[in-house]
Amino acid sequence: MTSERPLTGNLRPDGQAVDIAAYEQAGGYQGLRKALTLQPQDITDLVKQSNLRGRGGAGFPTGIKWSFVPMGDDAPHPKYLVCNADEMEPGTFKDRVLMEGDPHQLIEGMAVAAYAIQADIGYIFLRGEYRTSAQRLTFALNEARERGYLGQNILGSGYNFELHLHVSAGRYICGEETALLNALEGKRAHPRTKPPFPQVSGLFGKPTIVQNVETLCNIQHIVAKGPDWFRSLSLTEDGGTKLYGVSGKVNRPGLWELPLGTPLREILEEHAGGMRDGLEFRGLLPGGASTDFLVEEHLDTPMDYTQVQKAGSRLGTGTMVVLDSKTCPVGMVWNLEHFFAQESCGWCTPCWSGLAWTEKILLSMENGTAVPQDLDTLRFQTKFLGIGNTFCAFAPGAVEPLQSALKYFAADFERHVDEKRCPWR
Amino acid sequence: MLTAEEQNEINHELEHYPNKQAVCIDAMLIVQRHRGWVSDESIRDIAEFLGMSTADLDGVATFYNLIRRKPVGRHVALICDSISCWIMGCDRVRDQLCARLGAPLGGSTADGRFTLLPIVCLGACDRAPAIMIDDDLHTDLDEQRIDQILEQYR
Repeated sequence: MTSERPLTGNLRPDGQAVDIAAYEQAGGYQGLRKALTLQPQDITDLVKQSNLRGRGGAGFPTGIKWSFVPMGDDAPHPKYLVCNADEMEPGTFKDRVLMEGDPHQLIEGMAVAAYAIQADIGYIFLRGEYRTSAQRLTFALNEARERGYLGQNILGSGYNFELHLHVSAGRYICGEETALLNALEGKRAHPRTKPPFPQVSGLFGKPTIVQNVETLCNIQHIVAKGPDWFRSLSLTEDGGTKLYGVSGKVNRPGLWELPLGTPLREILEEHAGGMRDGLEFRGLLPGGASTDFLVEEHLDTPMDYTQVQKAGSRLGTGTMVVLDSKTCPVGMVWNLEHFFAQESCGWCTPCWSGLAWTEKILLSMENGTAVPQDLDTLRFQTKFLGIGNTFCAFAPGAVEPLQSALKYFAADFERHVDEKRCPWR
Repeated sequence: MLTAEEQNEINHELEHYPNKQAVCIDAMLIVQRHRGWVSDESIRDIAEFLGMSTADLDGVATFYNLIRRKPVGRHVALICDSISCWIMGCDRVRDQLCARLGAPLGGSTADGRFTLLPIVCLGACDRAPAIMIDDDLHTDLDEQRIDQILEQYR
């Protein structure tokens, strides 16, 4: 069976960007043309019916998120649409491919989404290191403005939408949507208290929707081809395809657009080519650094939001990091917690203090100086930094790989303490 | 003093936002692109240009790791140390770069040619290990490739 690949089917094999002529020839901007003939509410309804869930990691239903935006004549303006292109979850490399390969697809998706919530201004919040994405998006934004797909009176519809690129200056916390809004306002990127939710009071205090790149790239396809088509792309109840990636010591690391709900085993073995010679599979992070490990017993899990959660983890970004038998699981978790301790924004004490402490213990295990009580402290930290004890979702995400590693790789942790060294060195 | 060119570029950004503070990160990145880093004097100049206090602006500057508050070499190498690159051997990449260039991580070469800095995931995990030099991403690194790449940056 050849599966449809609406997001990546049009990408050029040479890695260059699809230009506007080629994009239009492949049916590009037809979704926007159709959208502009519909009522904004109709588009939100189509997106709701499509069962599209946010592709940035949290998996919130997109259409439902939009339905919280105030609409009608009394709604505050300007309203904002922000694309979260701050791809910085370790192990994640999917949005880069979409922006570099097909920048107009993102622009069209944003124009349609903006029309649905009647946004006036949009920003693409792009991480600073994505220089190629910045160059290609800047070029494509100019092309789109020249052809009347952005700006005043889009395609003669009377609808106005200005879209700008904002290049950020680093820090993982900017991926948290309210921290991102503070960064866009030129402030330190601390998360904000919720409520109020950004849909009501977001950027500069106005109604704002923040969506991930991959999410937005789906919108025009849903409008052009309908929610039934979109749901039929998936193997499960969540609509659409998903960009799945695999990195680590597999034979063919890479990225593939597959039906949502593709089984984990198929992704690992057929697409990524299985483990390299001489290595055994020990586990993986299914959706980036802040997701719980899955292990052998989970290989038949269909990779959608519901089933991965049932297996004890989260689909997250859908880009997986594989742990092999010659890589130390404690070292791997140390690397992850080193990242989180460094990237904590410093706003709430459990996070900045607890993660630094956690990292220190893991490093002492690697260096052979850990004591048995340290294992209890690590277990305590996974609760102390859990949901409800911190200001935002950063620290609870940070301890997900730790709590699952303590469960699945307990013997490896104990060996580090008992032998007073890292057995992999 | 901000140059006329820097002021023009900052003014262009101001057209896209409803208030001046919103462009302060863009403004610092503009100055950095021209001068390599953001000095105390530049912080004062940008703050004055945007009607912010220098303390507020420095508070923003020091939050973001891509805003450099110290001078850097002619080339900046960002060495990814996040999980996929760690599994694929980023420690060896770091050690080789430090040894070849004779500079520690976080430091610069004596001749001002290179600054070496750690960076979080560069989003090239399927081609790990990866580094970024100036605006260029380099992937699938091994010892030989690193030596060839360094030759391109004199």
